[in-house]
Amino acid sequence: MSRPVDAAANAALFIADPAHQETHDRLVWGMRQHRDKAVAAIPEWERLRDLASKLKEHTLTHLDRYLEQFEANATKRGAQVHWARDAAEHNEIVAQIFLDRGARRIVKSKSMLQEECGMMPYLAGRGLEVVESDLGERIQQLDHEGPSHIFVPAIHKLRTDVAALFAKNLGTDPDDSEPHHLAEAMRQNARPKFLRADAGMTGANFAVAETGGFVVCTNEGNADIGATLPKLHVASVGIEKLVPRARDLGVFVRLLARSGLGSAMTQYTSHFHGPKPGGELHIVLVDNTRSARLGSPEFWEVLKCIRCGACMNTCPVYRRSGGLAYGATYSGPIGVILDPGFDHRKYGELPFHSTLCGSCTEVCPVKIDVSGQIAKWRRVIASEGLMAPGESIGMKALGATLAHPATFHAAEAIGLAAIAHLPRAVVDNPLNPWTKHREMPTPPAETFRSWHERNRGGA
Amino acid sequence: MNIGLFVPCYVDALFPEVAIATLELLEGLGIDVGYPADQTCCGQPMANSGCQPESAATEAHFAACFRDFETVVGPSGSCVHHVRFHLDATEQTSEVVRVRRAVRELVEFLHDDLKVGAFPRARFPHKVGLHDSCTAIRGLGHCRSSEHPTRPAFSKTRDLLAKVEGLALVEIDRPDECCGFGGSFCVTDEAVSSKMGEDRVRDFHRHGAEYIASADMSCLLHMKGIIDRLGLPLKVIHVAQILNGGPA
Ligand code: SF4
Repeated sequence: MSRPVDAAANAALFIADPAHQETHDRLVWGMRQHRDKAVAAIPEWERLRDLASKLKEHTLTHLDRYLEQFEANATKRGAQVHWARDAAEHNEIVAQIFLDRGARRIVKSKSMLQEECGMMPYLAGRGLEVVESDLGERIQQLDHEGPSHIFVPAIHKLRTDVAALFAKNLGTDPDDSEPHHLAEAMRQNARPKFLRADAGMTGANFAVAETGGFVVCTNEGNADIGATLPKLHVASVGIEKLVPRARDLGVFVRLLARSGLGSAMTQYTSHFHGPKPGGELHIVLVDNTRSARLGSPEFWEVLKCIRCGACMNTCPVYRRSGGLAYGATYSGPIGVILDPGFDHRKYGELPFHSTLCGSCTEVCPVKIDVSGQIAKWRRVIASEGLMAPGESIGMKALGATLAHPATFHAAEAIGLAAIAHLPRAVVDNPLNPWTKHREMPTPPAETFRSWHERNRGGA
Repeated sequence: MNIGLFVPCYVDALFPEVAIATLELLEGLGIDVGYPADQTCCGQPMANSGCQPESAATEAHFAACFRDFETVVGPSGSCVHHVRFHLDATEQTSEVVRVRRAVRELVEFLHDDLKVGAFPRARFPHKVGLHDSCTAIRGLGHCRSSEHPTRPAFSKTRDLLAKVEGLALVEIDRPDECCGFGGSFCVTDEAVSSKMGEDRVRDFHRHGAEYIASADMSCLLHMKGIIDRLGLPLKVIHVAQILNGGPA
């Protein structure tokens, strides 16, 4: 059985390193500020969000129909459509496509779905060499880490970290952390790999039922490299990526880049309709818990997510923790509501790694009640007895005390007396998490209740 | 008007001066305020942690305490938010539903219901930074949150504080960022919670605030703990205390 992720402890380690933590907070908050500016320039922003939310709701409530329509239209255009029930099936299908065609060297564009499926280690195990073409993702690949953010995967690293990593792997000068130099070093290293690749892989941001085409949004144009240089293109598409019509794309494309980065568009919005002349296009439609979520009255709305990352950028807890603290493919608020759906036990503490401040809900371009979903997950985790044991015992005791005025008032008196009279060494011990970075409150002379009794003659 | 005073558990125990200021403020406005002395808590601490069965009895007790009041007023956004939107662990009898609808947070009560035009007793010649709690901002709609730049700007707490003689509000870099208190989060996630609090109080300090004012004492409890540890020259104060004429 997998060990539960302790995001609080992981975050504490990240915070203990102020250079990384404070840069992370500043850069990620910067994206949120860009987002605010971009949003302010679109007077119809709230109408767009509304429209996007309704379009997603409609698509999800008719998903079977749109998936069949997509398959038929994509097939008509010459693509081969595969269906994968789970991560294992996805990985097998993908590996088999490559092995059957003798493709050994693959260049891939970032796809969170392929991360979710654990595809990279699987393909490596089958003897396939896969190179990331996205700069941030390539950095993470060289460092044997997963992405810490859904579209800026190496945002938790400093320039100097990248310089050290490249010095080790690419033989560059460890003291030169000039971004242009680093990017150029990567370009020189990666270009030959792109040119000799046997196949390219992408994910998809949107798939259009009406046309059988799909769209990949990138800022480096790297999806186009993998999809156009080699003859073989394999795309992994989550079944929730469907939109009904090509004209719906306008709504989502306008929301996606503005919500995430604050730019009007991603630099490259690439549309793929069938294979290139003489080439082959395979589309793997992946379920991997999605249909189970769709059937859940409580948690279906998470499938509306377009993976813009706005909820991560705004999240004050994510900005302090760093994405790797979540120990999962998806981090930040969207991770908190996605991850437990893959494994209740392993990710059971994530819903508690939130203050429920609600900012994620307000920025979400498709109007997912993200913080409401977090609260719902807390109820599920608590009711299944998967909370941290100390806390659940504490909550039982607290509930028992607060339900009875006499017990409460006695406990209150004892608690106040304890704060007032215990020597600091006792209160200030490592078992009291409050006092690690905070002073205890000074207890008042009396509670309001007893003041009221004295001054207003009781109730 | 038949008003019941809701004093959240932690205010009763740790900040009686906030409850006293709330009571005196309401009485000063000519309101007859009843205080059910048997009240304990609204159930939020347990419910917030997902523990529905553990909060049921406390919630039922809360409703019973306030069943005879037309309106219930409390000086704490997060508790009022819990009662209004999430007090559903106990059976939703008509009495419970009525009490949930009757609960008002102090700022919304003064601003929306009473539409108070002036606070003649209030004089506060200080530089004040305003901390709206997350539940007040996004849950109760006390002000437009920064996530919605296309919506019209407003702030109920600012409207009230603008009527206080001498008070000068200071602007900060991240006006509505969470302070990191978050209920049991402040102990289960101590490191993140403290770091958020530290960033928050430094934002106020950097901009020259003498006081951090809020309508939510729980955020202030957390931030005061950090201010004291860091030794910053900052004080915290509840909005009720300012409107009632300054700290006792
Ligand atoms: S939950 Fe909403 S804000 Fe977060 S990544 Fe998904 S679409 Fe974006």
